[in-house]
Amino acid sequence: MPHAATLHVNGTAYQVEIESGRSLLSVLRGELGLTGSKEGCDDSECGACMVLLDGRPVNSCSYLALQADGRQVITVEGLAGPAGLAGLHPLQQAFLEHGAVQCGFCTPGMLISATALLATNPDPTEDEIRAGLAGNLCRCTGYVGIVAAVHAAAETIRQG
Amino acid sequence: MAGRYVAPADLAGALAALASGHRAVAGGTDLVVGARQGKWPLPEDVVALHGIAELRGIEPSADGLRVGAGTSHAELADHPAIRERWTAIADAASIVGSPATRHVGTLGGNLANASPAAETSGPLLCFDAVVELRSSGGARRIAIAELSTGPGRTALTDDELVVALEVPELAGAGSCYVRLEFRRQMEIAVVGATAVVTLEGGVIRDARIAITALAPTVRRVAAAEAALVGTDGGRAAADWAGRLAAEAAEPISDVRASLEYRRAMAAVVVRRAIQGAVTRASGETVAIPASATMFGFA
Repeated sequence: MPHAATLHVNGTAYQVEIESGRSLLSVLRGELGLTGSKEGCDDSECGACMVLLDGRPVNSCSYLALQADGRQVITVEGLAGPAGLAGLHPLQQAFLEHGAVQCGFCTPGMLISATALLATNPDPTEDEIRAGLAGNLCRCTGYVGIVAAVHAAAETIRQG
Repeated sequence: MAGRYVAPADLAGALAALASGHRAVAGGTDLVVGARQGKWPLPEDVVALHGIAELRGIEPSADGLRVGAGTSHAELADHPAIRERWTAIADAASIVGSPATRHVGTLGGNLANASPAAETSGPLLCFDAVVELRSSGGARRIAIAELSTGPGRTALTDDELVVALEVPELAGAGSCYVRLEFRRQMEIAVVGATAVVTLEGGVIRDARIAITALAPTVRRVAAAEAALVGTDGGRAAADWAGRLAAEAAEPISDVRASLEYRRAMAAVVVRRAIQGAVTRASGETVAIPASATMFGFA
């Protein structure tokens, strides 16, 4: 039995009709065509599906889509401004500059978790960055570049 | 009819849904993740609790603390009164899963899931917390020790919901929760221990010890508690209480550790929890989470 819901994703309201067991990730990818969020493990271990729900990180693969009804969702597609490559988020720019992207599969989730971290802690230590990204696995093991990129982006954001 | 979903704005709506056969979901970090892992099917009919304001909130008072069951682990870990007066709860809540787990996972969900490794159970047992249960037919209060009856099993009836926890104040007590962990985050306790002690003139007047992931339920160990009372809580006393707790443990072997390793580590982890609690009761700081601070502590 499908249920009507309104998902506010990256500032756009989407009306959807979904079954109660559908995950937020499957609706983002399958119904809304927002394929930036990835399905890695599909049980909350890897963080490739990470999105912000009302500003806080959530594993969208294991969160019921209907529980996001009426709430604000930000996916990786929502980080850059409308100018595309010219309007990248400071974290995205820093990931490019520090070689923080290898195969790229974990990158959307890393960017989302890092966004959540910097929103509450604008000047994190290396330990705090690693703790903030603890729910995200990089199968290429490129953590050094990722941590360096988050450090650099934090500084860029602080300097406005 | 299968596939029903309701997200009521008030508790009465949630209790009515439970009475008509819905299963409760809060953050979904056990229920939905377990379904993804193939442990169980998703329930056909669910009632989502995230929108119910009555289930949220942390209210400290002079004689205790009331915590709504819908309070997240992140909210518990960050609350100044919990960090100061019920520190072991902050130790535990701050190491559950990842940042995402802690933002959507709730205290009520952690307790209703009834894992023998549940992080928040040991601290709540040691503080003698009382669990407030509600159903559409009424309300009852039970001791936290009566809530879990075995791995994944509780004293809850199908139409009952954990709505709040009441945690008494233990004036002057120092408390500490430590777990043995193979990694710092995204981890489940291999073995865990809570200690809560009250000092009087440098002597332990009151002691509470709980062991985690060492028995079918998280439980207190009376022999270890009795052994600590009247001592100075120093290395020798903490060591002895740790050994008694290890003897009282009923560990199992599983993918995470063997029975023998768990029993050996029980003595170490209980000892560290006592040392952390005694240090805090003396007015000194042990940084939260104690699991990280006490790692390798001899």
